[in-house]
Amino acid sequence: MDSATLYVLAAAVLFGIGVHGLIVSAHLMRKLFAINIMGSSIFILLVATATPISGQADPIPQALVLTGIVIAVSATAFGLALMVRMSQETGKATLAVEDEPENDD
Amino acid sequence: MMDQLMFWTPLLTVIVSALTGIVIFVAGERHALLRIILNLAAAIAKLLLVVMIGLLVRNGFTPEFRVSLVPGLDLVLRADALSMLFASLSAVLWLVTTVYAIAYLERSPNRARFFGFFSLCVAATMGISMAGNLLTFFIFYELLTLTTWPLVVHNGTATAIRAGGTYLRYTLSGGALFLVGLVWLYGISGPQAFVAGGTLADHAVDARLSLQIIFVLLTIGMGVKAALFPLHGWLPKAMVAPAPVSALLHAVAVVKAGAFGLIRLVEDVYGADLVADLGLDLPLLLIAAFTILYGSVQALRQVDLKKRLAFSTVSQVSYIILGIAIGGPVATVGGIVHLVHQGLMKIILFFCAGIFANLLGVKRIDQLDGIGRRMPWTSTSFTVGALGMIGLPPVAGFVSKWYLGAGAVEAGRTWVVAILVTSSVLNAAYFLPVLKRIWLHPPPDQWPHEARVSRLETGSLVGSAIVAAVLSLGVGLLAGHPLSPLNWVDSIVAGYFP
Amino acid sequence: MTTEALALIVFLPLLAAAGAVVLPTAWLGLSIRVGLMPLPLLLLIPTLEVLENGAYRIALAGHSAPLGIAWQLDPLSLLMLWLNVGMTLLISLHANCSFRPGQPHAHRFWPLWLLLFAGMNALLLSADLFNIYVTLELVTLTAIGLIALEGKPPALRAAMRYLLLALLASLLYLLGVGLIYGQTGVLDLYLLAERLAPGWLSVTAIALMIVGLLIKAAIFPLHAWLPAAHGNAPGPVSAILSAMVVKVSIYLIWRLWFWGVPEWDLDRAALLLGVLGGMAIVYGSLAALVQQRLKLIIAYSTVAQLGYLLLLFPLASTLAFQAASYHLLSHGMAKAAMFLAAANILRSLGTDRLRHLAGIDQRLPLDVFALALGGVSIMGLPPSGGFLAKWLFLEAAWSARAWSWLILIALGGLLAAAYLFRVLAVVCLHPRRRGNHRHLKRTPDTASLAAMLLAVGAIIAGFTSAPILDLVEAGLPPGLPR
Repeated sequence: MDSATLYVLAAAVLFGIGVHGLIVSAHLMRKLFAINIMGSSIFILLVATATPISGQADPIPQALVLTGIVIAVSATAFGLALMVRMSQETGKATLAVEDEPENDD
Repeated sequence: MMDQLMFWTPLLTVIVSALTGIVIFVAGERHALLRIILNLAAAIAKLLLVVMIGLLVRNGFTPEFRVSLVPGLDLVLRADALSMLFASLSAVLWLVTTVYAIAYLERSPNRARFFGFFSLCVAATMGISMAGNLLTFFIFYELLTLTTWPLVVHNGTATAIRAGGTYLRYTLSGGALFLVGLVWLYGISGPQAFVAGGTLADHAVDARLSLQIIFVLLTIGMGVKAALFPLHGWLPKAMVAPAPVSALLHAVAVVKAGAFGLIRLVEDVYGADLVADLGLDLPLLLIAAFTILYGSVQALRQVDLKKRLAFSTVSQVSYIILGIAIGGPVATVGGIVHLVHQGLMKIILFFCAGIFANLLGVKRIDQLDGIGRRMPWTSTSFTVGALGMIGLPPVAGFVSKWYLGAGAVEAGRTWVVAILVTSSVLNAAYFLPVLKRIWLHPPPDQWPHEARVSRLETGSLVGSAIVAAVLSLGVGLLAGHPLSPLNWVDSIVAGYFP
Repeated sequence: MTTEALALIVFLPLLAAAGAVVLPTAWLGLSIRVGLMPLPLLLLIPTLEVLENGAYRIALAGHSAPLGIAWQLDPLSLLMLWLNVGMTLLISLHANCSFRPGQPHAHRFWPLWLLLFAGMNALLLSADLFNIYVTLELVTLTAIGLIALEGKPPALRAAMRYLLLALLASLLYLLGVGLIYGQTGVLDLYLLAERLAPGWLSVTAIALMIVGLLIKAAIFPLHAWLPAAHGNAPGPVSAILSAMVVKVSIYLIWRLWFWGVPEWDLDRAALLLGVLGGMAIVYGSLAALVQQRLKLIIAYSTVAQLGYLLLLFPLASTLAFQAASYHLLSHGMAKAAMFLAAANILRSLGTDRLRHLAGIDQRLPLDVFALALGGVSIMGLPPSGGFLAKWLFLEAAWSARAWSWLILIALGGLLAAAYLFRVLAVVCLHPRRRGNHRHLKRTPDTASLAAMLLAVGAIIAGFTSAPILDLVEAGLPPGLPR
């Protein structure tokens, strides 16, 4: 197995874990983690495309990943802040089904 | 200068009413006097404007306003002889109805909304009469739907809202079919200017089926408003609206817009020859004939006065369509002139029904006993209208029926005469008993809901009804006069059958 | 000159946003003015340039395309920029009433608002797939911040749901970008056409990006986040979200589709997108028909109306492009007007439940009128921008002999009429039994005026279409049939 295949496989596995977590977990913290894991899988894939078997690595994907990580961090921070605010207001940190907005006044 | 005048006057007729409506909205509920002055001033201004354009048209000019909406798609307002017929009818009846409505709605709530939409509705009617192509017609036709809806639901009761819903379901669905037909026609032959004799003859061979389908789509679109069977269902329900609205809906604006559109469609888009060539005249004729009989039979079964009048409208408007479907100059004259005659006569009947309901609380026919003695002027006007509907000379209705009958014979469709006779008998059957109750039965001790006013028959309510009655007698008696609607229509139809 | 003007169009609001955070409250008003007012004037310069010479391209930081990041302004993006600037300014007029400097949430609203504005402008100018990703994230996150601004539980929940889905969408898009870069070595949208050959990897990449964008555009069946988010956001926020923010995602799909991979044979995918659009129209309208709250009705109406923008893919002609662009424009104005009017009603009544709205036209005539005029355009009744858009759509469908789309478009207008007249009917009911409007709060006149201006704009759009349609036609990708 060469390194490219390894990267792709790892990315696929991580992405799957992320999707699973996003769907299965109710707690918002877990959902945010899941999204971060999915993000990481995509970053791995991007880095993999930048790593040739021989010769010099392409700097652009590295730069993309770096920017992507910055965005992921800020989005996660924002999500966490939103979650904290939600638990302050409603006492829970989930998107329960019975809270359909149509029923709110 | 003359060019400018020719360009702007058609638009001005629309703008006058539209602007009035907007100012009334802005002024709000409180400024009652301002509203009355504005309404009357605008109605008179409009009438003068229409007379002026009428003179221009008579002297061979065609004022035309044109603006491009999408490249290749123009909004055209053009005054030709036929549009002036409808425009002058609307202008006259708007003035009369405005006077009536001001008195009728005195002290009722939401008057600003009512008169605002009333004016907008007239603006839309003006646009329909001046429309120079099918697209412009459609635009104002839909605008008419929009502006009459608030009038139908004006009373704000659950019944009114339901009636408004029915009205919209019919008219908007009809409008959607109209639009599809319009786009289709546009795709085949480009913009459809109204030209006497039609513009589609070139496509009769290569797009025969398309033209037939389009005709059906457009006929449905217009038939909804003209209350052709089986598209008439909204009309009796819309009777919950206040009397001036019913008068306007039935006499001028909505049903006439549909009938007027069908005249345009048959004579100015397809051309009577092409309609006959496509084999579409007979189905249209049959539907019109059936609607005439159906409406009369239904009217006979109603006990509510306004409902009876509504079904009478269903029946009478189809005379117009009957006339153009028969084909030939005489019948066409009869159909088109009925547009004016039926408008004048029907508006009297609705005015009177409104007066009965408003001042005495009389809404059903069995409550009309002896009302002639209590309200002689109103009852006389009502009688004039009813006799005209039956087709008794010298009221206007006789003239149109005569032409329709003669035209049917001329076109070799003698069975139509039987329809006309049957319908007249039915008309007599549903109007004469009413007249008998009004004049011959003894009045009751107490009226259902008598208004507390000192004298019942003064002022603009009954005045409007009398004016309308005099007008319908006048156009019947003076049918030979060069300025009468009949002669006007004669000159229009001469353009269709050179 | 043009370059500087374009740079200012992005950086002035950005600077103003920073100013709104850093400077003391007394200076907030100034920051807002600096960030918004000069924009129409600035936009005139690139407008003249584009009208004169066609598309205008800037290589940022001096590096040219495969390596550097580029901005490109062509007639279509110019139109979108004008829409964004015009709409934001008019809605800001309204926002200045509900978030007047000094009021509770104002110091958080304005920085986010200006940031959203800057982000949208940058997004519309970007020609670089990754740059688009970054700006799209900026737009999404600020939009979510604005939804959650007032901190009410339903809004927070809606914001959270939107955030999770939007992050998922962004990742899908990013994955697509990465795959494309791996294939072609470029990120420039306008270089894809010559470099990206169809193969399973590049098809996957484009598909991933489109799915991501479809989520952000709330296209049925990926729409679930939108009604709650738009229905619970503050008025001006709902307005800009429905009018512009969701639509840029579809605009990006247009870009990818017609500029990025114009040579591909995508008939079946186009049909699929068209079917999704049709389902959105039907589903959104039916859902709007059963809602009990005014803002939710308007939000579901957005779900439905967005569907029309997808009909461009199966119809794929000049006419369809003009129709879709014109629909985007007129729906934007009409929908913004309706949301602002609904916000005024909500603010005044304290609720926007339908059953409390009876007779409200007597108390808030201007707002109800704006609501009705916006509704006329949404229904596609003449005379309005919505009608012209519908006409162009029908004409495009007829030219393509696409009868099913033709029927769908005609039906869509009727469905819209059904749910909008339901609202107007309630408003016209006499308030005898239920509505008790004694506790009515006055809304500022400017707030009603802003709604009215937008509504009148949607109607006027029914008369003066030629310049806009010409602009759209000038900016079309080559090779599109008439």
